[in-house]
Amino acid sequence: MNDTLTLTPNITDADDFYADLLTAHEGLNKAESDAFNARLVLVLANHIGTRAVLSQALAAAAMKPE
Amino acid sequence: MNKIFETPLYPYTRSPDQDAATPVRRKVVIIGAGPVGLAAAIDLAQQGIEAVILDENDKVSFGSRAICFAKRPLEILDRLGCGDPFVDKGVQWNVGKVFFDDRQVYDFNLLPEDGHKRPAFINLQQYYFEEYLVRRVFELQAEGAPIEIRGRNKVEAIGTHPDHVALEVDTPEGAYTLEADWLIACDGANSPTRRMLGLDFVGRVFEDNFLIADVIMEADFPTERWFWFDPPFNKGQSALLHKQPDNVWRIDLQLGWDIDKEREKRPENVIPRLREMLGNEVEFELEWVSIYTFQCRRMEDFRHGRVLFAGDAAHQVSPFGARGANSGLQDTDNLAWKLKLVLDGTAPETLLDSYNQERIYGADENILNSSRSTDFITPKSEMSRTLRDAVLDLSEHYEFARPLVNSGRLSVPCTYDGSSLNSADALDGPERTRPGSSCPDATLGDGYLLDQLGDRFVLLTIDADAPDSFNEDGIEVTRLALSVKDDPTLDLKRRYLGEADGAVYLIRPDQHVAARRPAFDEHHFRAALRRATGKE
Repeated sequence: MNDTLTLTPNITDADDFYADLLTAHEGLNKAESDAFNARLVLVLANHIGTRAVLSQALAAAAMKPE
Repeated sequence: MNKIFETPLYPYTRSPDQDAATPVRRKVVIIGAGPVGLAAAIDLAQQGIEAVILDENDKVSFGSRAICFAKRPLEILDRLGCGDPFVDKGVQWNVGKVFFDDRQVYDFNLLPEDGHKRPAFINLQQYYFEEYLVRRVFELQAEGAPIEIRGRNKVEAIGTHPDHVALEVDTPEGAYTLEADWLIACDGANSPTRRMLGLDFVGRVFEDNFLIADVIMEADFPTERWFWFDPPFNKGQSALLHKQPDNVWRIDLQLGWDIDKEREKRPENVIPRLREMLGNEVEFELEWVSIYTFQCRRMEDFRHGRVLFAGDAAHQVSPFGARGANSGLQDTDNLAWKLKLVLDGTAPETLLDSYNQERIYGADENILNSSRSTDFITPKSEMSRTLRDAVLDLSEHYEFARPLVNSGRLSVPCTYDGSSLNSADALDGPERTRPGSSCPDATLGDGYLLDQLGDRFVLLTIDADAPDSFNEDGIEVTRLALSVKDDPTLDLKRRYLGEADGAVYLIRPDQHVAARRPAFDEHHFRAALRRATGKE
């Protein structure tokens, strides 16, 4: 199992994914979009599963300088 | 209606101590005849230590209060010689349902593990719990054990000294002075003892109010725990429905912070709320209503010289997870044997510091769990509510989200990892029986393992040789020799051996593991016993 968060390009067809992400939010108001994002985070977090990787992801998203 | 909580159970009678020319010195005085104080006194008296309980009241507590008792406290009650009436009367449940808004999102079954004498949980009103313990006190008294409950004895002042504690006690016939070698304060969340000694009680106050109601109804709700997040009958808040014996149902309704408590408590305001929740066709009678705000906090130290704090007096948690009374019983379970050894002169006074260390570890675990439950049930920000609702919405469709739903993490026994009384783990054995763990039960023929442990140090050998007993510096250890063949279900093997061929466990009087090794080794086990009694 890989315990290190991947921070190098890893998404296949990145532009398609990004477009899908925007599409998923279309027609949603702010509250619905927030709820969608929250559900998405939880689904992805469960897929990753490894606590160490999730901790690194939280730190990476905070973008605080080391 | 003559309810148990309206009848004096231990009415005031004059004690000879009130007429003594000089204050009488008792071994252990306990303040408070709630579940924790009663358990402490029974534990001590059973081991021959004089215990006097002082209680400002003469009745069991009013209203159901603590209602959910976990397996570990039931096992402690067995050790105290009185587990049966609790389990016979209590309601057992395994199924829980979780509702969000107007729908059920999922249900769960606790699926209790086989090979245990006691169930995972019972629901029982606190007044029954106290009544059965009081009965046990009277039973011990009849057998000549040194135990006493003094009703309507209110402690007004406490003087602490290096070798004793002096108490000014008020009674219906005036005040008297009583002394104690040791004092255990079990006088609840608002502990007058704590206040009289000017001690801290720091932590987090949760800004919320909960209405608790006991209703009597002949309804065919199943014996399950139902928890609602944001239900139509209590918008934006939570609700809980739980069954108790005698067709009494416990209902908890979250009310929010900015409310008029007196107004909310009035039956004309409570009844319409309950009707909305239970449905118009259900007939019910309101037995008890209370509103509470809770806090998660603990004292910095549970031991102050010769004064020891236990239960809510020492630590308070939110009610989610049933960690209040359950952890209080684990406090006295931890304390009684240590106090006995110190009073017997077979262990140093510093052994009591391990009570402080181990039970603070337990309190912190409980506070952490119950704070997390509270944060889930009562989101503190817009985003925490969004995330909470996302978990609930997902839980309806995907199994993965269900473990994240937190309506209370139910009380499990604390493992004293890192305790100064533990010896290093020398067995490549199961995680759940590592040093510091409370012993899991197992079936042995017609009986159970835990009934053979406790109240003394036991050397448990499973397919391993050892002497029948040994004595180290005044403390006797007796062997319990078992084989994996004694439990054909192999629970004993799975819980105590794992892959090992044999094992030797040193088990404390509170049924916690002090040390374990693959084979007996006199040098190591003598050292382990010294360590477990605060001598190393």
